[in-house]
Amino acid sequence: MTTETTVGRFGRYGGRYVPETLVPALLELEEAYAKASADPSFGEEVARVLKEFVGRPTTLTPARRLTESWGGAHVWLKREDLAHTGAHKINNTVGQVLLAKRMGKKRIIAETGAGQHGVATATACALFGLPCEVYMGALDVERQSLNVFRMRALGAVVRPVESGSRTLKDAMNEAMRTWVSQVADTHYVIGSAAGPHPYPSIVRDFQAVIGKELRTQALAAFGKLPDAIIACVGGGSNAIGVLHPFIGDKDVRLVGVEAGGHGLDSGQHGASLTLGTEGVLHGSRSLVLQDADGQIQEAHSISAGLDYPGVGPELAHLAKTGRMEVRTATDDEALAAFYEVARTEGILPALETSHAFARGRELARDLGKGKYLVINCSGRGDKDVATISARGVPPPVGVKS
Amino acid sequence: MSGEIAQTFAKAKARGEGVLVAYAMAGDPDLPRSVDVFAALVEGGADIIEIGVAFSDPIADGPVIQGASERALKAGSTLKRVLDEVVPEVRRRCPQTPLVIMTYVNVIMAMGEERFAKLARERGVSGAILPDLPPEESEGLRATFDAAGVDLIPLCAPSTSQARAQGIASNARGFVYCVAVSGVTGMRAELPADLSQRLDVVRKASPVPVVAGFGISTEEQARTLSAHADGVVVGSALVRAAHADGPGAAKALCADIKRGLKR
Repeated sequence: MTTETTVGRFGRYGGRYVPETLVPALLELEEAYAKASADPSFGEEVARVLKEFVGRPTTLTPARRLTESWGGAHVWLKREDLAHTGAHKINNTVGQVLLAKRMGKKRIIAETGAGQHGVATATACALFGLPCEVYMGALDVERQSLNVFRMRALGAVVRPVESGSRTLKDAMNEAMRTWVSQVADTHYVIGSAAGPHPYPSIVRDFQAVIGKELRTQALAAFGKLPDAIIACVGGGSNAIGVLHPFIGDKDVRLVGVEAGGHGLDSGQHGASLTLGTEGVLHGSRSLVLQDADGQIQEAHSISAGLDYPGVGPELAHLAKTGRMEVRTATDDEALAAFYEVARTEGILPALETSHAFARGRELARDLGKGKYLVINCSGRGDKDVATISARGVPPPVGVKS
Repeated sequence: MSGEIAQTFAKAKARGEGVLVAYAMAGDPDLPRSVDVFAALVEGGADIIEIGVAFSDPIADGPVIQGASERALKAGSTLKRVLDEVVPEVRRRCPQTPLVIMTYVNVIMAMGEERFAKLARERGVSGAILPDLPPEESEGLRATFDAAGVDLIPLCAPSTSQARAQGIASNARGFVYCVAVSGVTGMRAELPADLSQRLDVVRKASPVPVVAGFGISTEEQARTLSAHADGVVVGSALVRAAHADGPGAAKALCADIKRGLKR
């Protein structure tokens, strides 16, 4: 099943809006990826690394206490948090770094928001022996110090970006600028299903392993496909990865949850599918948060990974055509969901993932008993503990204060 | 097609000199004072003015123009205000100089392609350069611009293959903007050794003039390139001069570079 309407386009969205210097590199990447995809040995190598190193397939875990507490559909979790490095991001970086090696590239650059994609890229580079440079907004460098350490420990250079809002969008600008000057021998590993064609398709294909596994696991665990799947959406790589294999299954409800930040009326959020307008950012036409003059607005989310004013073009298409339902969760709702999941299931979800959990209760009740809801647990919350604990920890369970 | 750009190149050629396309950022340090900068560029000898319109995420620009973008946005610069307040004033003070807008595609999309083309033409803009709009994405926009009489000026890069460069050149409007270096805008001490050869290839395929830009900031560089191009674009060096020392400094630098373009 594809939603690609013409090459590199998802309905009105997608395309390749980049400086001419980069176009030949994107054409080269498109060709190399097509060749690799047609070569069974490439797919086998990716699958082998995912199994041996990443720990795939990740499990599908029943969330029994959440199911009971929410009083609706059976809730199951697709556990990308159990993948090596702690998030789904590794699925894509293993694939792209192997592709870069096939292309004979000598070095890797990447951008990162929360640091998960940076860690995953640094990890794949360490595994395959390529030097790695990661661009990260200076604000994110401050709030994700654990991941900054991890990248450095893995041998990567972390370059803090001081321009603009000092977050993911600016890191992506800087990575693109760097790529323009070093395009001959450098591969840029984009971490979201965003950016210029062919990135949205490449990232989706590498992340679709999540949804493919889920299909098999759901059929085995509950004898049918899930009735609904819910995933958080920043740029959207975990969402497109888990949802894409189900696009053709009309009975499966696909739900994306965006960052509501301080609330949709506050002007401080990351809800580009809900409130964005058509525009061009980082090489593709999609839905972006911008003012009437076409200046990109700063996004806000408590979670660095959702703090992005754009979204992948395929998700924009799925949202606009109604195939994917779009909801939002505020910072406070995500925080509440973090503790709820921690205390009912023994899992600390990433703040990104907590947005998906925050809309779980309504959806489970809406579906009703006997139905199956799967939440994509895109990453673990270890990286977020400083942000979360700074707001104070609720008292322990079952202890009188 | 607008004839002003072609005429300007023809006149310069008749005078035995290359064309200086001079860039500055509209709204840096504010809208009225940026008009003084544009006028100074023309006094210094610029033949075509490139009016930068700030964008929040300028992926083709280096630190100097990025910084100018940020200042212009803080000063309230928008495409609409540039067309309403800057372009007519520059036109009034420099009536003989073709004006070209340089900005990013999202800024044009936000205004609406047709509305931009119509307004731009009415106010006296001859062309537009959109560094994030490669030929694959530009067909519709070029038709809209053609209909309004605004030249969509294409770019060629060091990484562009010969066949692709010939394709870009043969369909060009206004002039072909050959990006001299692999990278973003900004001054370079040295230009690539194969630049002259690349310029010759593009020039052979192009029905319109060919200019080199990105990285060029000195009289000497202009002199070297003028044997292989119909002109040069200078941006970051002028923006930096105007920002550090005012319009007079930008004027003086234009005059230096213009000397290098005399054959």
